[in-house]
Amino acid sequence: MKVKIFQVLIIFLFVIIFLVFYKGLNNSNIYVPNKNLKKEIPNFSVKEFSSNIKIDSDKIFLDDEFYLMNIWASWCVPCREEHALLVDLSKHKNLTMVGLNYKDNFVSAKKFLKELDNPYKILLTDPDGLISIEWGAYGVPETFLIHDKKILIKIIGPLNENDKNEIIELIK
Amino acid sequence: MVNLIGFYALVLGLGLSFPIIFFSIQNFINSKILDKKLIFFTFLQFFLVLISFLGLIISFINSDFSNETVFNHSHTTKPLFYKISGTWGNHEGSLLLWLLVLTSFIFLFFLRSKEQPKKYRILTLLFQQLIIIGFFIFLLKTSSPFNYIFPLPSEGLGLNPILQDPALAIHPPILYVGYVGSSLIFSSALSAMSLNYISKEWAKHIKEWVLISWIFLTIGILIGSIWAYYELGWGGFWFWDPVENVSLMPWLVLTTLLHCILVLEKRLMLTSWVVILSIAAFSLSMCGTFLVRSGILNSVHTFANDPERGLYILIFLFSLIFLSLFIFFFFYKKNEKDKLSFFLVSKETSILINNWFMMYFLSVILIGTIYPIFLDVISSEKISVGPPFYHKLIIPFLIPFLFFMTLGPKLKWIKSDLSDKIYLVIFFILSFLITLQITKHLETKFIFNTILIIFAFHLFFITIKDFVVKRFNNLSQNISHLGFSLFILSILFNNLFSTEVITNLKVGETFSSDKFNIKFEKLSQKKIENYQSIIGKFTIENSNGIIEIMNPELRIYNQPKISTSEADIKTDFFSDRFITMNIVQNQEYFNVRYQTKPLMIWIWLSTLLIALGGITSFFKKKI
Repeated sequence: MKVKIFQVLIIFLFVIIFLVFYKGLNNSNIYVPNKNLKKEIPNFSVKEFSSNIKIDSDKIFLDDEFYLMNIWASWCVPCREEHALLVDLSKHKNLTMVGLNYKDNFVSAKKFLKELDNPYKILLTDPDGLISIEWGAYGVPETFLIHDKKILIKIIGPLNENDKNEIIELIK
Repeated sequence: MVNLIGFYALVLGLGLSFPIIFFSIQNFINSKILDKKLIFFTFLQFFLVLISFLGLIISFINSDFSNETVFNHSHTTKPLFYKISGTWGNHEGSLLLWLLVLTSFIFLFFLRSKEQPKKYRILTLLFQQLIIIGFFIFLLKTSSPFNYIFPLPSEGLGLNPILQDPALAIHPPILYVGYVGSSLIFSSALSAMSLNYISKEWAKHIKEWVLISWIFLTIGILIGSIWAYYELGWGGFWFWDPVENVSLMPWLVLTTLLHCILVLEKRLMLTSWVVILSIAAFSLSMCGTFLVRSGILNSVHTFANDPERGLYILIFLFSLIFLSLFIFFFFYKKNEKDKLSFFLVSKETSILINNWFMMYFLSVILIGTIYPIFLDVISSEKISVGPPFYHKLIIPFLIPFLFFMTLGPKLKWIKSDLSDKIYLVIFFILSFLITLQITKHLETKFIFNTILIIFAFHLFFITIKDFVVKRFNNLSQNISHLGFSLFILSILFNNLFSTEVITNLKVGETFSSDKFNIKFEKLSQKKIENYQSIIGKFTIENSNGIIEIMNPELRIYNQPKISTSEADIKTDFFSDRFITMNIVQNQEYFNVRYQTKPLMIWIWLSTLLIALGGITSFFKKKI
């Protein structure tokens, strides 16, 4: 009898480990940097997604305008979740959507946008993840609201309805 | 064309699993001798995977960018050597390599197990086929290395420059032989357990495979560590990074298994240990694959990932774990002898005690590696576990571990006594005095380190004495244990006597301290096929007036555009001098980091010695 209980316990333990790993798969990252508000955006030059032409960041982010920069990848599950909200936000006139495609494969990234719609007015690519590091981002998705070359808010992880409303409130 | 051949060779290889399983079952039930067809099919399966692997290498050599894997990881300007090593420098190719080793091992197993019972051989093949099928489907379904791209791109994306390095080109294949070898131990243990064939003969036969896996894993980890030392440019060699830990865990298990197998071979004891460790070694290797490839952890080894892959490995891993638990609970019959004959003072007792210490080290590393994931999932709290955790928990327990490691080989099997062991005490006093001499000038706060040095010296002297007195009796064990004592000593002295200077310098300036002067002489530039570099020239004068010139480099690779900092390292038998420089943003100053690291090379040499012990044991003629 004692042996049976032991066996059940062992199996139970492994089931728990399985469940934790399974849930862990959906949290894509372990490290989270602090939220830095009102920080200047970094200067960088970056390649445009489909043409591969280099652009400097000050050509992209003009003063007096609102930008929402979203770091995403086709392999990232939470990106898929938040995508509909980004498409909603892209309908606001005074907000320019910028997408930064993170460590992704060109073909699958294109497929992703074809399937779920492309909300980005400007789409950039960051194949080795270096630009995302300059932005202080460690994972995907991450979203920055930018005005006057300053980061107003930074959302780590997928956007939700509250974040969306907060963004709409700020750009009014 | 090559793409097609490679792909269909894989599909055919998977298809071959069906006749293999069919004939195995038929052969298992019916005939007395092993069907030759099985050996042929096993060889054919290996051959098909080999063709597919060669196909991928050819695509890489020809820079065939219609292949998606090649497009993502290669570039025409890359030197040939790195084009080839790029084959396994990515997720898809490395899995294909994994499959290649897997199929070649089961074929070799057939050739090397002729004296074993037929049923045992066939059942091992069946379990191994389960693993092979699992990897075939994984490869074909989620990570095929032969996907087409259309229209044809004119240039590839290039291989990450920090992977363009000779050590890293051979690190994955060697490590994989170690990991995959453990799969064979796993299948063999399951099969021996189901057939109730855990015996001295089995121990003798499987020991060979444990040794192979262990040797390759040791050398694989060593190469990875050497690479981290000179390439990552922070002068350390082990960072307790999760990915390093997942390679260390199977290593600890295999080391323990190796000792248990010896006990099993001699005394037919510790059978449960052997069985559980055999299962654990492979489960931990797979667990490592899961943690690294699923993106659940972030590290240098994470390839662009996709959760589907993680999910697949996770389900596969746990199916294997539950299968082995099932077999263990229902088929395993505990050997009654296990309880009977343990005497307090005997070789097997000291091995058993050190087994428990090994399990303790294993749990520390396991917890340190996966606890952050658990915490994140359960409470959304993020923590990171760093070196202090491991050092605090492991270092004190190395002391008794070293003691039993010294004592164990001196004892006899079954029953021994301590009356003729006076020399142990004498050598201990000697070690104590030497340690005192060395550490008296240091204001060392770390009492544990000092004690550890004493015990490591003790082990060192006792094994040296054995070389002199016993000559070639038990040579392999002596070499490995000597290696381990040297390993601990060199790490400790390296830590205690390292010095470091971090300063900002511009050309022409000199940094002076009481130990050395560092002068920044000049900067020059160089352009090579796949990168450009800025080379600094530094002269370092130490307190003895010896002048040394060092040239650290900053490289900017063209494809993909990444800059790396190449350390310049001067090595001799006593110490390493290590210098790196980095650009300080928008200034003419460079950040210069100079380190002296005593006995660095001994860390590598002693690990090689540990592996060499295994190699001598492998080639030793069985008497």
